[in-house]
Amino acid sequence: MPVTVKTFASFGEAASALSSDRSARYLGGGTLVMRALNEGDISISTVVRATDQALSRIDVASSRVTIGAGVTFARVLAERELAFLHAPARSIGGPAVRNMGTVGGNLFAPSPYGDFTVALLALDATVSVQGGLGARDMPIEEFLQSRERQSGALVLAVSCQRPASADAFRYRKIARIKPKGGSVITLAAHLPVSGGRVSGARIALGSMAATQIRARAAERALEGRALDDSAVSAAAAAATEGVSPADNALGSAWYRREIVGVHLRRLLSGLE
Amino acid sequence: MTKTPLQFRHNGRDVAVFVDGGVNLLVALRELIGDMTPKFGCGQGGCGACSVLIDGELHLSCLTLAETANGRAVETLDGMKDGPNLHPLQRAFMEQFAAQCGYCTPGMLMAAKALLDRNPSPTRAEVIEAISGNICRCTGYEPIINAVLAAATSGRARA
Ligand SMILES: Cc1cc2nc3c(=O)[nH]c(=O)nc-3n(C[C@H](O)[C@H](O)[C@H](O)COP(=O)(O)OP(=O)(O)OC[C@H]3O[C@@H](n4cnc5c(N)ncnc54)[C@H](O)[C@@H]3O)c2cc1C
Ligand code: FES
Ligand code: FES
Repeated sequence: MPVTVKTFASFGEAASALSSDRSARYLGGGTLVMRALNEGDISISTVVRATDQALSRIDVASSRVTIGAGVTFARVLAERELAFLHAPARSIGGPAVRNMGTVGGNLFAPSPYGDFTVALLALDATVSVQGGLGARDMPIEEFLQSRERQSGALVLAVSCQRPASADAFRYRKIARIKPKGGSVITLAAHLPVSGGRVSGARIALGSMAATQIRARAAERALEGRALDDSAVSAAAAAATEGVSPADNALGSAWYRREIVGVHLRRLLSGLE
Repeated sequence: MTKTPLQFRHNGRDVAVFVDGGVNLLVALRELIGDMTPKFGCGQGGCGACSVLIDGELHLSCLTLAETANGRAVETLDGMKDGPNLHPLQRAFMEQFAAQCGYCTPGMLMAAKALLDRNPSPTRAEVIEAISGNICRCTGYEPIINAVLAAATSGRARA
């Protein structure tokens, strides 16, 4: 069934169009929206687009980087200043999906997708959202918890502090097909170290719950300790606390629980 | 339902068509322009048979809203050969037996072209990465990888 496509030059107009029509869906790169349309998803009657350049801006001038919601993974990979995000960007799809898929769309991608968002959650990113009531910034964790209610809002950008050092940020996606495969589990960790001790660790997991979640018990197991064998073992043992994975074609919930600690140990010990 | 005008460059030629809202670029190319070289495999982004280049970048035409191609340059396999002369990639696919049923071949060739246009001397790993979004169900990947590497070598030999 044909849908109405509304294209706007400014993100403000696109945001109003989205918030005023429940059956409108924003089109980012379209890798998920077009799938739904090709399948004949009748819940979408209007597709909203914005051609505003503001949505595809990358700002790396300060210690805080800002990435427009419309930036593709290929553009993240082309930006040397975003090297810390290259591993997550490279882990998504094949080259065509990376040329098309956007950072903004990834925030809404249901499991087993949403790998880039796992990295952003570990980096404590901020999501800038333009809703019917105006613009606001919210922590990514809050955004993900209320994601279902965010439909109707337009994400403008995400921003995060660069990791303390190259070694302080780690990412690992477990897939059965390489390259290009859906995630069995995706893990990311930001491990700032001060005076030889981990301080402010954030560990994020994908495919371990309905949305990307933090492994808070594992984070607590590292806090204030040196990143040695005993701390890593304690974190790995705590990896399943609070998770609620699902069965899918890529792996069973049982399997995911069994292996999440193994992969967290490898991530934290810097093993490939 | 109103139709939307769409204009773009198709293999170096300007084309203009009217599309229904929500139609993808693969449908526009095949049904409205009559270019049957991009194939429909899944309509889900999973197979790569519909791969085309948009402004030189590899895209899945089945997941591209047709209207987003407005004003851009779309290249398909139909534009690959130069008159009667096959592109080095096409010749290498023939010589290396890189096609059996041929259904994946248009997409494979576009993915390979996207790679060689940017990187004329790829490693084997880079070739594998470049065609990782394209599925072949009958030839097997080895002859395809070998053909892309052979085309790269012959391209360098001529340069
Ligand atoms: C073959 C294939 C392989 C894939 N592999 C992976 C993978 O390995 N890892 C992975 O994470 N994903 C993968 N994906 C899923 C998808 O491509 C990515 O998650 C991508 O980031 C989605 O972005 P998009 O711009 O294409 O989203 P779209 O399809 O445009 O949108 C997805 C959803 O997000 C909403 N949305 C998009 N942008 C905004 C915005 N700015 N504001 C508000 N809402 C918005 C849309 O309304 C829609 O509901 C794959 C997809 C395909 C087809
Ligand atoms: S038809 Fe487009 S990827 Fe399969
Ligand atoms: S040649 Fe038949 S699918 Fe590749």
